[in-house]
Amino acid sequence: MKKKADSVRRETLKKVLRRIAKYRGLLLLSLLMAAAVVALTLYIPVLTGDAVDRIVGKGDVDFAALLGILVRIGVAAGLTAALQWGMSILNNRITYRTVRDLRADAFRKIESLPLSYLDAHTTGEVTSRIVSDVDQFADGLLIGFTQLFTGVITILGTLGFMLATNPIITLVVVVVTPASLFVASFIAKRTYEMFRLRSETRGKQTALIDEMIGGQNVVQAFGREQKTLETFDAVNEQLRKYSLRAIFFSSITNPSTRFVNSLVYAGVAISGALIAIGGGVTVGQLTMFLSYANQYTKPFNEISGVVTELQNALASAARVFDLLEQPSEPSDMPDAVTLTNVRGGVEIHDVSFSYRPEQRLIEQLNLSAQPGQRIAIVGPTGCGKTTIINLLMRFYDVTRGRIEVDGVPIDRATRQSLRAGYGMVLQETWLRSGTIRENIAMGRPDATDEEIVAAAKASHAHSFIKRLPQGYDTYIAEDGGSLSQGQKQLLCIARVMLCLPPMLILDEATSSIDTRTELKVQGAFAKLMEGRTSFVVAHRLSTIRTADCILVMRDGHIIEQGKHEELLQKGGFYAALYNSQYAGTAR
Amino acid sequence: MKRLLRYLKPYTKECVLGPLFKLLEATFELFVPLVIASLIDRGIADADGGTIWKMGALLVGLALVGLVSAITAQYFAAKAATGFAASLKHAVFSHLGSLSFSARDALGTSTMVTRLTSDADQVQNGVNLTLRLFLRSPFIVFGAMVMAFVVDGRAAWIFVAAIPLLSLVVFGIMLRTMPLYKKAQAGLDGVTGTLRENLNGVRVIRAFRQEADETARFDAENDALTKLNEFVGRISAAMNPLTYVILNAALIVLLHTGAVRVNVGSLTQGEVVALVNYLMQILVELIKLANLIITMTRAFACADRIAQVLEIKPGMESGSARPTENAEPLVSLENVSMRYDGAGGDALSGITLSASRGETVGVIGPTGCGKSTLVQLIPRFYDATAGTVRIDGVDVKDYDLAALRRRIGIVPQKAQLFKGTIRDNLLWGDPDATDDRLWAALETAQAAEFVRTREGGLDAPVEQNGRNFSGGQRQRLTIARALVRKPDILILDDSASALDLATDAALRRALRETDGAPVVFIVSQRAASLLHADRILVLEDGRAAGLGTHEELLASCPLYREIYDSQFPKEATAV
Repeated sequence: MKKKADSVRRETLKKVLRRIAKYRGLLLLSLLMAAAVVALTLYIPVLTGDAVDRIVGKGDVDFAALLGILVRIGVAAGLTAALQWGMSILNNRITYRTVRDLRADAFRKIESLPLSYLDAHTTGEVTSRIVSDVDQFADGLLIGFTQLFTGVITILGTLGFMLATNPIITLVVVVVTPASLFVASFIAKRTYEMFRLRSETRGKQTALIDEMIGGQNVVQAFGREQKTLETFDAVNEQLRKYSLRAIFFSSITNPSTRFVNSLVYAGVAISGALIAIGGGVTVGQLTMFLSYANQYTKPFNEISGVVTELQNALASAARVFDLLEQPSEPSDMPDAVTLTNVRGGVEIHDVSFSYRPEQRLIEQLNLSAQPGQRIAIVGPTGCGKTTIINLLMRFYDVTRGRIEVDGVPIDRATRQSLRAGYGMVLQETWLRSGTIRENIAMGRPDATDEEIVAAAKASHAHSFIKRLPQGYDTYIAEDGGSLSQGQKQLLCIARVMLCLPPMLILDEATSSIDTRTELKVQGAFAKLMEGRTSFVVAHRLSTIRTADCILVMRDGHIIEQGKHEELLQKGGFYAALYNSQYAGTAR
Repeated sequence: MKRLLRYLKPYTKECVLGPLFKLLEATFELFVPLVIASLIDRGIADADGGTIWKMGALLVGLALVGLVSAITAQYFAAKAATGFAASLKHAVFSHLGSLSFSARDALGTSTMVTRLTSDADQVQNGVNLTLRLFLRSPFIVFGAMVMAFVVDGRAAWIFVAAIPLLSLVVFGIMLRTMPLYKKAQAGLDGVTGTLRENLNGVRVIRAFRQEADETARFDAENDALTKLNEFVGRISAAMNPLTYVILNAALIVLLHTGAVRVNVGSLTQGEVVALVNYLMQILVELIKLANLIITMTRAFACADRIAQVLEIKPGMESGSARPTENAEPLVSLENVSMRYDGAGGDALSGITLSASRGETVGVIGPTGCGKSTLVQLIPRFYDATAGTVRIDGVDVKDYDLAALRRRIGIVPQKAQLFKGTIRDNLLWGDPDATDDRLWAALETAQAAEFVRTREGGLDAPVEQNGRNFSGGQRQRLTIARALVRKPDILILDDSASALDLATDAALRRALRETDGAPVVFIVSQRAASLLHADRILVLEDGRAAGLGTHEELLASCPLYREIYDSQFPKEATAV
């Protein structure tokens, strides 16, 4: 198990390296600069110590030598600063550009992924991969790597400088240091449990807040304010207790490691001073040791932090690559036909399809729609009506059999030209953030204003659009903002009205839209369908009765097929459905 | 922020002791360079092993006392911060409970949730860090300077020059980058937005072949964000190098001045080392202070937002009248108009309507015509802007609010259940109801059957927002909840929309048979649900377009006719 995880990690690492190969030169340069910065930073305490040794006492100051040292400190400091800045800029560039490249690739992947992947993964899931995982990946891996590198060099460099000066004092430092790591990990382990309890309770509280605030109207209607507050207070008090413990225990880490550091410091001071009496080290060298001791545990603590960071980053990277490596929709065949001047004849021959192999869905479906005919798809909610839409638009490919448009099998036509032949209005309206005009012109960006207004008028959308504050230039947010469901639907119809494609896929709204707008929507639908081959997921009796063919679906299967009268006579599922849903209401 | 300080008041002791212990720790830290100085000047120079051990022991002692003070300080700070956050959340939650509907409409649900969760967390974090660092860091900076003066008055002037310079760089860069970071965050939000949009609208985008356009759009946003990030990065990356240069310049001057002073005998070698150490302490604290200020600014902004919520007036005064005699009509609206806060037009205008015990009133009309607004005036969720709403002949504004609402059972459009059991939820209607009454209510609401078949029956668990029930089941449970209180007035606000027609019909039949003869208001989009009402009010754009029985309206009200025809097409009747 662990081995497998390791090999996955190795794989991921390899891919990461391949990804940043483009920035290989920059990365190498950055590492060289980091090494130089560390060396120079460590060199300055040595120089300071040297300087202190030239300042021994009254009348015992070697000004000539001191001046030379001071100049060297100045040069070293200037150089360090310049290198440090350059290094940060390089790192930023590598990080941000990797992030940008990854996001751009991921976005292109999304535009080309098969719908089956996108249907199986929630928006939040995919978004978090592209937003937070990519960030985590870039920050964690690149910055983490640089930090790790710098930390290791700092430790090695410090040890080197110290050993060169005095091995005994170095030994004192090396012996005491692990204590710091031990203390830190000891506290971290204890704290972890506290944090877990806290985030669990916090989740509980958030859920409660969500529910109670969302249902505040009901709370007040039933006079439950006091009771609700009591429930809230109980969780609140629990959270306070856990938070106190979590915050307190985690905030012990800093003073504790600082304490260990102070011990190292005291150890160096004592041993260094004792050795200095015997002339083993100079006072200046002792100050160098002290300034090293002051910061010596820092890289250790950083490294232990970086290691978890790197692990997280690798996990994030794995998630990002998982997305990037998903197979795209198979591309169009090399000899694919571009459908032009589509008349709208649709033939479905022996089509079978299922989302999962073990669950059979559509089997042996045959259907012939002449140009201009209307096919109604009927059935209870959740019966799989959208599956037909998925197949017609080639969002999914059929498992067996074939679908033809004007005699051309659709898998031999380009997807773009096939989809251009259809106009689609779904019940779940989707508008892009942008102006009303942009939304209507989505299918034909070159449309003139007159054409846009004409399309809006034809779909009964003009009258509400012109009442909006900025008319056609009103900006709407993704969810349509303040527009009502019916208005959004009218806009979606106008969008199709502008293109007037030869074939239509319409999804009639269920009852939730108000009646008057619905009348308008229906009118617009009727206008749209004139002379076009249309596939309608139908709820309206009038649509169904006048259809040239009705597909009756249940649990994903097409169980009956035919004209209204034929199906009624058959006395099957359709007849039952019809009698309960429609005829029954008109007593 | 000031308003919120009173929630910190119970923790005055912690707020004083926390920083105090922190200062104690800092004081001990400031002594360390002096100890080192005497270690060098007396221990090494005089080759006195005893002094060295003594000084070493002193260092350990200082570290130990420092550790104890620090941990004590952290404890007090954490206690004050978490306690403060808890009281604050309590106050906000309880305040939200007292707000009127219109006050809450203005706030929005997600805003309220954010105030109570992440904003409160940020404030807690801010208080905690402030108590720990806000005094400590400046104290060390100025303490180091003061100590420098103690060591040597002349050399200390280097500190006086270096500190403002360092502060200028640290705070200057911070102030410059803070708004830029905010902008970068907004840019990231934009990128995320486009991404979400593309995922949600993937079918439409592919149907309209917008893939290339969308990619171009995303690339533009992505590139702009990258440029901005690199720009901010360049500025903030200058902080470390700049402070490093300043610090080392100060070091050079210090060493030179020190050398001159030592040469004339007014300073010792150890004291020079001490001065160098003080210089190094300053930088670390300045950077901590800069980070603290970022956290504090964020916490202040969050605190302000929370304070704003607390400042909202409840917006509705309760009257004192109690339920009186059975005056008829039970409910009456006289020329009532209502306009939502900030709305451009009336949601209702000039509505007059009355209902006596046992009567059923139907309200129908297109969405946004004011149906829900109308029925929400009865339990006084909103106040009428003109005209009067009376219950038993008493203006609802004069009624004791809790007593008024206790007489009314309302079933809102959104079927909202709460985590707990079915029984818990039903008892909202009346905490004293017996099981028999609960079952009776369930029967009437057509919910008894599915409750009976659930494992646990009345004690079957209800998850958050009742998500383990279907929409229709949820609606029936909310109807039962309203019935449990045996209301004088029952309001069904489009609450049968998820029921199939047969269940809807059975429900209406059962309602007619319930005893107690409540006034029933039924709001619906379905003409079928209202056919048998004693009176139907047809609303259009907030005005009454018709009032009467089904037959009367069919004859006299064109809008009603239109609605009816669209739902009962003539061809259907022909079958």
